[in-house]
Amino acid sequence: MTEATVSMDVRTPDESVSVIDIEGEITAACEPILMDAYGRASGDRTRCVILNFTGLEYMNSSGIGLLVTLLVRANRNRQRLMAYGLTDHYRQIFELTRLDEAIGIHNDEAGALAAAA
Amino acid sequence: MSSERTHRDGESWAKPVERLEVAGVQPGSSGINVAGRRPTSPVQGFGRMWQKTYRVRLLGADVSPEQVIAVWKRDFPSFWPKNNRFFAPLAGIQPGEVAVLDLGMPGGMKLSTGVLVMYADDESFTLMTPQGHMFAGWITFSAYEDGGVTVAQAHVLMRASDPIYEMGMTFGGHKQEDRHWEHTLQSLAQAFGVDGHVVSEMVCVDRSRQWANAGNVWHNSGIRSGIHMATAPARFAAKPFRRG
Repeated sequence: MTEATVSMDVRTPDESVSVIDIEGEITAACEPILMDAYGRASGDRTRCVILNFTGLEYMNSSGIGLLVTLLVRANRNRQRLMAYGLTDHYRQIFELTRLDEAIGIHNDEAGALAAAA
Repeated sequence: MSSERTHRDGESWAKPVERLEVAGVQPGSSGINVAGRRPTSPVQGFGRMWQKTYRVRLLGADVSPEQVIAVWKRDFPSFWPKNNRFFAPLAGIQPGEVAVLDLGMPGGMKLSTGVLVMYADDESFTLMTPQGHMFAGWITFSAYEDGGVTVAQAHVLMRASDPIYEMGMTFGGHKQEDRHWEHTLQSLAQAFGVDGHVVSEMVCVDRSRQWANAGNVWHNSGIRSGIHMATAPARFAAKPFRRG
């Protein structure tokens, strides 16, 4: 397997909202990093986890599969999953895979935070 | 990231499609249950969500992951078990192309469905199922190097599409699917002169069922294929009376 080339930082702008800043590539190799970031983002009071894709460089179909798995974990914890910072290309991929029906897509962080409120 | 990779990424994904279109019915296929259907992800499925991985190590074969994927794409139908037919798109396994499938079911039934090529590059390709397929989700076929050995892998992320399929998967469907992909990987390994042992992993990612999607049964390709087969004599008898 190829090595993961991604970093994920977690911010908590609000006690009920966490943001995961993604920098790099989302492929099968980044599963432990993504799940670790989600673990750090998900507290007892977290009701919404926002994925910041502004720094996304590449994502393949295995990476999309990881987002489905992440969505299941978030639903299990009664959390909403949202995203912003997607380029038109990746917005199209969310549309193709119909993930946009389950993950709220926003133009920027302000929009995502407003929807999370 | 190199601009080459950005470029490749753009070419590797299918464009969004609202409903599938079939370029033409190939001889021998019924071609039903595909045109007009929406592609589905596990989000739109009904049953428990499963992640299944099947791997074979091509030990002793001097072949790169890219070469494995090239052969897998080119000869994809030939690796399937008999009684199951994959009518490849004329353009081959390319992003956005649609293939028609006729799958052998118990009792001589034939289930007609299809797949959309959602993603394809030199190291992997992914097929996405339409409404009515046994499961909602996708299958990624990939190859990679591990400790100097090329490994071929099929990775399934799925939920049974509706309650009937969920029952079928529970009572033998999962085993049948396991046999299907194990046979496929063994055949692929044999194409490279390897008598490979397939390792399977099955993980239930989500045990809950999505009852909001129980209505997917309306599109059930098994039921529709059965009706299509049962009404074939009537269609044949009515043929001389049809106009055009």
